[in-house]
Amino acid sequence: MNSSRRRSTRLWAALLPILAIPLLAACYPDNPQSTFDAVGPVAKSQLNLFYWIFWAAVFVFVVVGGILMWITLRFRRKPGDPDPAQTHGNTPLEIGWTIAPALVLVVIAVPTVLTIFDNLNSPDPDALTIDVVGHQWWFEFRYPHPDGNGDAVVTANELHIPVGEVVNVNLDSKDVLHSFWIPKLAGKVDLVPGNENFMWIQADEPGEYLGQCAEFCGEAHALMKFRVVAESRSEFDAWLTAEAAPAQDPVDPLAQQGKALFEGGKAQCWSCHTVAGSSKSRGQTGPDLTHVWNRGHIAAGVIENNQRNLRQWIEDPQSIKQGTIMFRDAKIYSDPERKLTDADVAALVAYLQTLK
Amino acid sequence: MTTLSIPVPSRPVHPTGVWGWITTIDHKRIGILYGVTAFIMFITGGLEALYMRAQLARPDQELVSPEVFNQLFTMHATTMIFLAIMPMGAAFFNYIIPLQIGARDVAFPRLNAFSYWTFLGGALILKLSWFFGGAPNAGWFGYAPITGIQYNPGHGIDFWAMSLQVLGIASLAAAFNFIVTIINMRAPGMSLMRMPLFTWMTLITSFLLVLAFPVITVALIELMFDRFFGMNFFVPAKGANPLLWQHLFWIFGHPEVYILILPAMGIVSEIIPTFSKKPLFGYPVVVLSGAVIGFMGWMVWSHHMFTVGLGPVANSVFALTTMAIAVPTGVKIFNWMGTMWGGSISFKTPMLFALGFIWLFIIGGLSGVMHSSAASDAQQQDTYFVVAHIHYVLFGGSIMALLAGTYYWFPKVTGRMMNETLGKINFWLVFISMNITFFPMHFIGLDGMPRRIYRYSSEYGWDFWNLVASIGAFALAFAILVFMINVIRSAMKGEKASADPWDGRTLEWSIPSPTPEYNFAQIPTVRGIDPFWAQKRERVPVAPVAGGSGEDDAHSIHLPQPSYWPFLASIGLFIGAYGLVYYQSIVGMTAGILGLALTIVSVYAWSFEPVNDPEEEH
Amino acid sequence: MAQAAATQHGEHEETTTGLNHRKLLMWAFLGSDCMFFGSLIATYVVYQGKSKVGPFPEDVFSIPVTSVSTFVLLMSSMSMVLAYAALTRGKMKAFRIWILSTAIMGMTFIGFQVFEFRDFANYEVHIDCAHLDVEKLTEFEKTFADQCADGVEEFEEQHGLTPRTNLFGTTFFTLTGFHGAHVTLGVIWLLSIAFHSFRGGVRPETNLDVDLAALYWHFVDVVWIVIFTVVYLFGVFPGI
Repeated sequence: MNSSRRRSTRLWAALLPILAIPLLAACYPDNPQSTFDAVGPVAKSQLNLFYWIFWAAVFVFVVVGGILMWITLRFRRKPGDPDPAQTHGNTPLEIGWTIAPALVLVVIAVPTVLTIFDNLNSPDPDALTIDVVGHQWWFEFRYPHPDGNGDAVVTANELHIPVGEVVNVNLDSKDVLHSFWIPKLAGKVDLVPGNENFMWIQADEPGEYLGQCAEFCGEAHALMKFRVVAESRSEFDAWLTAEAAPAQDPVDPLAQQGKALFEGGKAQCWSCHTVAGSSKSRGQTGPDLTHVWNRGHIAAGVIENNQRNLRQWIEDPQSIKQGTIMFRDAKIYSDPERKLTDADVAALVAYLQTLK
Repeated sequence: MTTLSIPVPSRPVHPTGVWGWITTIDHKRIGILYGVTAFIMFITGGLEALYMRAQLARPDQELVSPEVFNQLFTMHATTMIFLAIMPMGAAFFNYIIPLQIGARDVAFPRLNAFSYWTFLGGALILKLSWFFGGAPNAGWFGYAPITGIQYNPGHGIDFWAMSLQVLGIASLAAAFNFIVTIINMRAPGMSLMRMPLFTWMTLITSFLLVLAFPVITVALIELMFDRFFGMNFFVPAKGANPLLWQHLFWIFGHPEVYILILPAMGIVSEIIPTFSKKPLFGYPVVVLSGAVIGFMGWMVWSHHMFTVGLGPVANSVFALTTMAIAVPTGVKIFNWMGTMWGGSISFKTPMLFALGFIWLFIIGGLSGVMHSSAASDAQQQDTYFVVAHIHYVLFGGSIMALLAGTYYWFPKVTGRMMNETLGKINFWLVFISMNITFFPMHFIGLDGMPRRIYRYSSEYGWDFWNLVASIGAFALAFAILVFMINVIRSAMKGEKASADPWDGRTLEWSIPSPTPEYNFAQIPTVRGIDPFWAQKRERVPVAPVAGGSGEDDAHSIHLPQPSYWPFLASIGLFIGAYGLVYYQSIVGMTAGILGLALTIVSVYAWSFEPVNDPEEEH
Repeated sequence: MAQAAATQHGEHEETTTGLNHRKLLMWAFLGSDCMFFGSLIATYVVYQGKSKVGPFPEDVFSIPVTSVSTFVLLMSSMSMVLAYAALTRGKMKAFRIWILSTAIMGMTFIGFQVFEFRDFANYEVHIDCAHLDVEKLTEFEKTFADQCADGVEEFEEQHGLTPRTNLFGTTFFTLTGFHGAHVTLGVIWLLSIAFHSFRGGVRPETNLDVDLAALYWHFVDVVWIVIFTVVYLFGVFPGI
């Protein structure tokens, strides 16, 4: 074996661990769903565990890859080589390389089991508990009423939580499987109809965190998103109190017209949507709209909530979210006689803008 | 000799041309049929993948609708797993196993033909759904309840389920056949612990198939009963638990993963000793680790379900069993390295692919260990990180090994060598573009991109690596095109191959290339592992007997005769399964009944048909 | 089965293990079939007690009746053994008698099953209001006990159990239905052997055909014992 070959082998051995650094650099913690920017204890423990295993894997890759590289360089056939010795094995060696990986595995198994239990057992079972219900293709969030009267305060696609506090989350689904995932706060847990699941989350810093359904759930799976708004306890309490209040009857004539359309007439929105405070709007199929104008986004976190987008969403939901159930079920899209005019849409949007 | 008065129509004697292929029961021809069909299916699955990568190349593209995208990923995975990798494995089982154990055919040649034609029927049922009735759209895993009639009223799921049932029959028949063949038809002296590694891995794979497929069969029956007859297996409103499907699916599905990878490991375990000129290092340990992998494959299924809420105890147990399975896998890699150590390694194309397999499989194995850690897996489950992992083990693992096997055994099949220069170009193209395609998926997965989404918007920061992956995918397609060109070109005018072009170690290299119809003019006697190497080096005077035409010898060898009953039985299954999808219409029901009747009649007639016609015997 | 001709080769074939190819194939098949029934039984067990509406097992099952059909099937296994023994000793007449009686007992079992299925499908809730003892009613019957309030003598209402009714119906009919299909196939197989024996197609030297059928028959029998225990006995006496 000549020296230049030995040098090239050493070079390779030195290069391999360095290769691991761009590996991590290729992931950007700035990205809104990056798992590398953990802001809650659950996500942090998962990230720490990941780093631990990642470096163990890099170690194994460097050692095994280095030896493999060395073997292929060292033992390549040269012209006139005789047959090599026909060795059939080496028992101590084989026992050794059976035990070695087992030891590496013990190193990652212990923290794994500890983290599994930490992540699934709530540190504070009496803390705020929110019910998350999956629907095709949006998330329903149910809070306990601030008055403690046992009622639920219902909202959709925008989860407010108090910062720095443990929040318990019960998960269920109304239709197919979904998965609840906010990468910066916690790894996912599935929503299985009929099997209530549990997780806990906590945000250490105030801010908005993006989440997304992570279990394939049908046509609009890609557009089933939501946001978590972590805010101070006082802001959160104020928000919850506001959400718990029923909607006010509109005073503006256009909005009144919109309400009439919403609760009857051609649109019949009430049959799927709830507006607390309205005697008629008690539908359960679609998101609760009692305070829809307070939300930052509509269509399950797909577009910003503003007048123009609301218009487009009512006029042509398919253009925003293909497959949406509203387009499938609402007669205004299939029955030409009930198609909404521009004026109708304007009235509905005006009504929705009063729901705050 | 028979007193039965069943009117058996006259039997094909020495058919030629297309009819010859249809009625063939020669394991070599069936192997070729499997290989060619599986490769065509591989191309269709690849095109489906390219379509998806085109859609995902840029953010917010609208090349395909979400509905079509869902069909694409469902079809891509189902095709690659059931119609490409599994039957490619079957192609090698068919062609190579009898040669490696010194047999003239498999134990049940007609059952073997039936397996192939039934596989083809199942493949057609699935693929034709693109044109009639719509392709399945619920993922290859088909998680309940989205496959239920309420959420999926079209026929796509019916085609998917029927196709998998038919493919299951084909796989089971083949697995029974190979178990019996390997256990019962070994040449004298070839004890179990003298069998070549590929034969060993085939035997383990066959056992896995026999035990795993009935589970998915039951799951699919339950799904079909729900859809057809309004039963309640997966209806949550009636108290059903959708997780039952996941348990049944993965109790099948995880052994299935080893069904895909063990034959690949077998192929690599043949190539590395040959091109290192050394026997496999620690043969008993490699065999044992294969068996341990096959056994432990039954104890890890819930690692696919870490996020469904099984609780911390179950998650911990399955995390530990999954980590444990890394030990026998690691042992295999170390033994391959031990084989090369001190060897005389020649870097011919098959060896390059085998080495590529080891490198990519190490990466896929390490990311697999990352997934085994249930807590950290909660961030990776159902993201592109998993997509990267499965492609490192299924493309980097299985496909690389199958390509290696093709380059390795091509001379034995065709009598011609594959072009070495093109082969090397082929290898580097595949190896590099494979990494360009799949490595970035690790990054976007950890950056929070879920799987199975048909579009993403720019604000998420996934644009760049998605574009890279898409470019890689098209480069990979080009690499496969180079492979096709090499195969076709070499088959037509490649250099003529000798009987033993690689200085091989196992019995298949002791007979002429291409393999004569009767395989072995004289059944060899085996005295150890690597019997042919021993013969050559110790100058034991057995060597390939009939070097030339072998006509004289062939005359005295009884080969099973062709038959058209297996083919007809498969046609019946195809028609029957296709008809049953439309069971609600008179035509569909009639076709279903007639098809199954044809199968029953054919199987009945087949059981009366002697292996050889008495009149044909000498 | 009727592979008389093939057997001629089969039996004189040299195999590595000395075990006939077809016998090995049968064992592999039975291993596979074990997993098949294992999955069906597992499904039944997982869903046990999960039905949201009745009727439930204790409403419809009649242990005495099913015990009789179970006994018949067990006896058929015995006569199968006798048939095979007779054949190997060349006693063709005894062989025919035993194999036919095996088939007839199999058909009897199927008859019981058909009767039982029909009975379940026509299940009626029957409450004798005149002598009402709520404690003795099943869970399902209790839900109708208040129908007696208006001074009715007796209460009757049809609540047939079908595969669609509830999870119990779904899993019960699927599991026992597939077992019944196995028995039916076995009966056809046995009859077909009997038929050929009358035409001289079955001889002591070709006993492998009968051996394979017997293996299959015993397997189906053993599966039934598991089903009878898990489904029927545990269903009615959940305390076991």
